[in-house]
Amino acid sequence: MGMTMTQKILAGAAGLDYVEAGQLILADLDVVMANDITGPMALPIFFKMANKVFDKDKVVLVPDHFTPNKDIKSAENAKAIREFSYSQGLTHYYEIGQMGVEHALLPEKGIVVAGECVIGADSHTCTYGALNAFSTGVGTTDIASGIATGKAWFKVPSAIKIEVTGKPKSFVSGKDIMLHLIGRIGVDGALYKSMEFMGDGIKNLTMDDRFTIANMGIEAGAKNAIFIFDEKTKEYIENHSDKKYKTYEPDEDAIYDETVVIDLAKVRPTVAFPHLPGNAHTIDEVEAMDKIYIDQVVIGSCTNGRISDMRRAAAVLKGHKVDSKVRVMILPATQKIYKECLNEGLVDIFIDAGCSFNTPSCGPCMGGHMGVLASGEKCVSTTNRNFVGRMGHVDSLIYLASPEVAAASAIKGYIANPEHIN
Amino acid sequence: MIDKGRVFKYGDNVDTDVIIPARYLNSFDGKELAVHAMVDLDPTFAGRVQKGDIIVAGKNFGSGSSREHAPLALKEAGVGCVIASTFARIFYRNAINIGLPIVESPEAFAGIEDGDEVEVDFDSGVVTDLTNGKTFEAVPFPPFMQELIKAGGLVNYVNSNK
Repeated sequence: MGMTMTQKILAGAAGLDYVEAGQLILADLDVVMANDITGPMALPIFFKMANKVFDKDKVVLVPDHFTPNKDIKSAENAKAIREFSYSQGLTHYYEIGQMGVEHALLPEKGIVVAGECVIGADSHTCTYGALNAFSTGVGTTDIASGIATGKAWFKVPSAIKIEVTGKPKSFVSGKDIMLHLIGRIGVDGALYKSMEFMGDGIKNLTMDDRFTIANMGIEAGAKNAIFIFDEKTKEYIENHSDKKYKTYEPDEDAIYDETVVIDLAKVRPTVAFPHLPGNAHTIDEVEAMDKIYIDQVVIGSCTNGRISDMRRAAAVLKGHKVDSKVRVMILPATQKIYKECLNEGLVDIFIDAGCSFNTPSCGPCMGGHMGVLASGEKCVSTTNRNFVGRMGHVDSLIYLASPEVAAASAIKGYIANPEHIN
Repeated sequence: MIDKGRVFKYGDNVDTDVIIPARYLNSFDGKELAVHAMVDLDPTFAGRVQKGDIIVAGKNFGSGSSREHAPLALKEAGVGCVIASTFARIFYRNAINIGLPIVESPEAFAGIEDGDEVEVDFDSGVVTDLTNGKTFEAVPFPPFMQELIKAGGLVNYVNSNK
């Protein structure tokens, strides 16, 4: 019987010819990543197992969550991984000034390529599946063990096939597609499973769309999300990395638990209401409701902080002012994207519109800093989770949306349709 | 091994942001985290929970972030076991790795009420509600995970297989 893309990568990483769903394997890791929240906690656990990292080129540490350091405890944590990185001679440690939000940074720096087996101590590590890699989030003990040994155990997952057809309309991007999908299958619709994206509509998705979609695989409970490899993947990887890579496609007789078909042409701009990413409503449904007035807009994060997200937001905001009652925070996900925003004139558009333009950080996404919400406040955010208290006060409300819906909402002061902004 | 305690019952999709909100993640000291366990879902939890008490919840417990601070906060708060219909996969791994006992049983979620006295026998996988007398069979752990648990978590397992 055939294997899925994920199963083939895992078989290769475990040195096996064949694996099947449910099988437990010990896999060799190509990249092991942690950040300033999970990394410091992993260090004492690491030192119980080893003194040296398994490979100084394959262990990646990125201080991005509570940085620039938001308080003294966070500063101590960032210091711990900084000193560890220096003492271990890590190749991939990125300090303030070079860093970015990890899941935007690693592909951009060419650290992850197709066919690799990757773990990260951050749930959105599933992002790199856009590159045709196996990539999944783990906790602190697993990452400590990965840093020490270069290995991790996995239960080989079964999979859901996502058959993508058609071409998205204007004002529809990766975020709308994924919120639509999670709305259909639910926040545990892919629990323990792979989501494998294929079909003739994939060619109509940019790499940034694919990163956004794979990024939110975890919001459907998935172990990993992975895309087929095509010309766009090849171009992206070869423009960003010198690493050798290997591509995988599913066997013709690969077994999928189910197939979900998405016609991109039918996806509408979509908003996930509090308090679940699966609580999806089309913008048309939102327009039929009473206006939902908002206090804050956040555009950024590992989900939607890439250059095409910045361009899409700027295209809507150009020549407009944000509503006087709305605070708008824009956070490009990496230094490179920040500079592109400057060079392309996007920063002028943002600042002229009345937005703040900030240094890369996970910042407000998880209520860390740079935009924490007060009680009763409502926020339209391009981030990935709208859980209770995620961005601040337990009584605040988060609406997840694309950069274009977020920008339109910033202008109007309520959740708005970007199709109706001139 | 047996755990006996009073039940705190919650619903589906109890996420790691409510188990331990990110505003407390500038520390990974278990005792410090325990003070804030479950605060955004049940602010009374940390004050009421006694050693050995049991959380019973629905689908997808521990969804969201990979923060191992979440199972650690529950363990340090005294939670002896979490019983849920299903667990989110990262939480499942993390709980095993740090030695927080977890049991998967949709039937137990359906049959146990908040405040009940419950006993969990980890060797047999039998959950007994001492208040209403019902018993439930948990979904057993795969053998590899039983080995991990027996070794006392991943660190000991890695060290014993060097």
